[in-house]
Amino acid sequence: MENVKAGRVTDREKTRMFMGKYGIGVVLLFMMIGISIIEPAFRSGSNMINVATQVSINAMISYGMCLAITTEGIDLSVGAQLALVSCTIGQLITNSGWNVWSACIVALLVATVWGFINGFLVSKFNMFPFVVTLSTQLIIRGFAQVISGGQSIPVTNSTFKQIYSAKAGILPVPIILLIVVTVVMYLLLHWTKYGRYVFAVGDNMQAAIASGVNVFKVKTIAYTISGLLAGIAGIIFTAKTGSAQSNIGVGYETDAVAACVLGGTSFAGGITTIPGVLMGIFIIGFIYNGMNLIGIDSYYQSMTKGIVIILAVLLDMVMNKKNT
Amino acid sequence: MNKENYILECHNIRKAFGGTQALKNGELYIRPGEVHALLGENGAGKSTLMKCIIGLYSFDGGEILYEGKPFRARGPVEALNAGISMIHQELNPEPHLTIAESIFLNRESTRGIFLDKKRQNQKADEILKKFDFPYGAGTLMKKLTLAQMQMIEIIKAVSCNARLIIMDEPTSSLDSEETRQLFRTINDLKKQGVAMIYISHRMEEIFEICDRVSVFRDGTYVGEKDLEHVSKEDLISMMVGRKIENVFPKTECEIGEVVFRAENLKGNGFENVSFEVRKGEILGISGLVGSGRSETMRAIFGLEPLEEGKLFLEGKEVKIKNPGQAIRKGICMVNEDRKSWGLSLHRSIRENMSVATLPFKQKRLLLNKKREEKECKEIGELLKLKAASIEHDAFSLSGGNQQKVVLAKWLLADPKVLILDEPTRGVDVGAKSEIHSLMCRFAAKGMAVIMISSELPEVMGMSDRILVYHEGRINGEVKREELLAGTQNQETILNKAFGQ
Repeated sequence: MENVKAGRVTDREKTRMFMGKYGIGVVLLFMMIGISIIEPAFRSGSNMINVATQVSINAMISYGMCLAITTEGIDLSVGAQLALVSCTIGQLITNSGWNVWSACIVALLVATVWGFINGFLVSKFNMFPFVVTLSTQLIIRGFAQVISGGQSIPVTNSTFKQIYSAKAGILPVPIILLIVVTVVMYLLLHWTKYGRYVFAVGDNMQAAIASGVNVFKVKTIAYTISGLLAGIAGIIFTAKTGSAQSNIGVGYETDAVAACVLGGTSFAGGITTIPGVLMGIFIIGFIYNGMNLIGIDSYYQSMTKGIVIILAVLLDMVMNKKNT
Repeated sequence: MNKENYILECHNIRKAFGGTQALKNGELYIRPGEVHALLGENGAGKSTLMKCIIGLYSFDGGEILYEGKPFRARGPVEALNAGISMIHQELNPEPHLTIAESIFLNRESTRGIFLDKKRQNQKADEILKKFDFPYGAGTLMKKLTLAQMQMIEIIKAVSCNARLIIMDEPTSSLDSEETRQLFRTINDLKKQGVAMIYISHRMEEIFEICDRVSVFRDGTYVGEKDLEHVSKEDLISMMVGRKIENVFPKTECEIGEVVFRAENLKGNGFENVSFEVRKGEILGISGLVGSGRSETMRAIFGLEPLEEGKLFLEGKEVKIKNPGQAIRKGICMVNEDRKSWGLSLHRSIRENMSVATLPFKQKRLLLNKKREEKECKEIGELLKLKAASIEHDAFSLSGGNQQKVVLAKWLLADPKVLILDEPTRGVDVGAKSEIHSLMCRFAAKGMAVIMISSELPEVMGMSDRILVYHEGRINGEVKREELLAGTQNQETILNKAFGQ
């Protein structure tokens, strides 16, 4: 009797371990199967490309957010960064007649510098990341309003709009950017010294210091990268809508945090994986896309998102037995 | 033995975590008013059994009888209400609460829906007076020393009318005077008929304060003994299932030229500190907790600022501003609290081992994980690390094995000077003696080893030379030859530590 019992426990244990490791993948799979049963159009290649293009904006932000959260922080300024980048581009291309690429580089630089300022304040003065980025977010959006004069600037330059619509084969530029950034982030976090330091600092800052890790550098770089990625997201967004506005990107940090959490990023710091976050990004994308296809009112989308996040995290807790 | 004589009986308690059976056969018989020691290596199942008793874990099988009735607490609060309290090794005080608020946490005096602070403070003051506690009820917890916070925990237990108090390594962060005070309290409680379970790795204490002992090994109850009729060696062999011949495996090795020299160091908690350490030498640092021993070493390692003084490595002056610089120059330090300063508990053993040496072992843009894995495995084997795989979390290891991971991290750096702050605290007997042998092997290879320890037998057994700290200064030096010749002994070292 004892043996039989023990055997069953091990089997259940195996399932638990499998789900703990790949649970989010299973959730993603079930979601895709569920939506395609209700709405077969979901499965079509063009819809998949559509989803991947749409999630590319949130993906950039999420990867930056994942760095911030893994170093035991958060970056709430990403939504405002989107607006600032957008207005900078509108101002430079439409109103000042700049060349598209110079405008993009300047916009990226602006976002990166703001990322650096976030990181500097967090790591130099040991301020709470939540407070720092909550405040800089206000300043950044203020700048966006000043630059745009509070008005929407149309960006009709066709070269610039190509950033969203041009295709290499069947893949639009945002998907290519998504692939490139995913690979780079994967290598950065899982295959470089810097990635190791991010995990070490996030898991136990004191132990990292005592192991010779330069915490100031690690954290500052994390927020700087988050700024740069938010900049890329801002360019894709502006190319998509064709207009520069200071009120865009509100609430975008929520989707990014959601994708990170779904992907197994721990708010206690020190734990995340890029493949996990990528899956989290797609789960969020499928919630929007699937519900649109099925024809559910968009009001319910945010409710569904909230419920899915809580359920997924609960599942993760149960599977990893983190609650005991 | 008559059944009614026991306040607590545990019969065949079993508890498994996942696939591992942490507790196979937990037996325990506690009489009212006795101090009952619990002995066993780390991972022997002592803590698991205690957590089953106070309801932190739910046990899978067996039976607990408390005051003759079957007992299964669903949590520490329920256990406390029944009269069982546990003083944990790591205290989690709320620094901003007053003493009275801590004592009466969750059972505050109230008038209607409002707190009755005045009455609560009065009640607390009465209890504090009984224990001769030096502070009043309105003092903030953060003003207390670790020993005093622990005393508050005990006072809290007594004020809840506890009849069984479990103490998990209560002396691990106390100095000898504080330990004496704790023992006086334990004796008082004993007279009042309170039973106590005393978990410790320190044999001397167990023989001094406890009446009986239960020994555990590999999750199984080995047996119980009256401490009057048993020797230290017997207990150790019960614990490890084999005899440990030599408690301190000190080997004499050749002592070479001076590797490291400190001149007139001054910093937070120490001043006027000068010493040198040679190749192949084990330099012991003794003194009371808080006498500036750890602070000096942390300043040398770059963790705390050095206000004055010069450091010389192999004859050349060096400046160290942070641990990174120290490591690059060949000075490494195992900190006293490995959970706070030593390990990323939720990362793998491999990542923990290699993090400090990445800058000089991994020069390329991408990590060479094959080489890393090979090096970590080799060092793991050298240290006899007991882990299923180096990919497991450091969290899953026992205290002794965690300490080995920290040691492995520094061995990979191939240091010239290795500083060890309480290297065997919270480590079981088997791993302790392994760590001691390793220290000797490092020294034999030409490393200079500096070891801080609060355990006198350890310092005396392992060191070639001992520096004794008193209130931030070095108050004397004892050589191994003097100890062997008998011109210096435990007492003379203690006298120096107390400033005589």
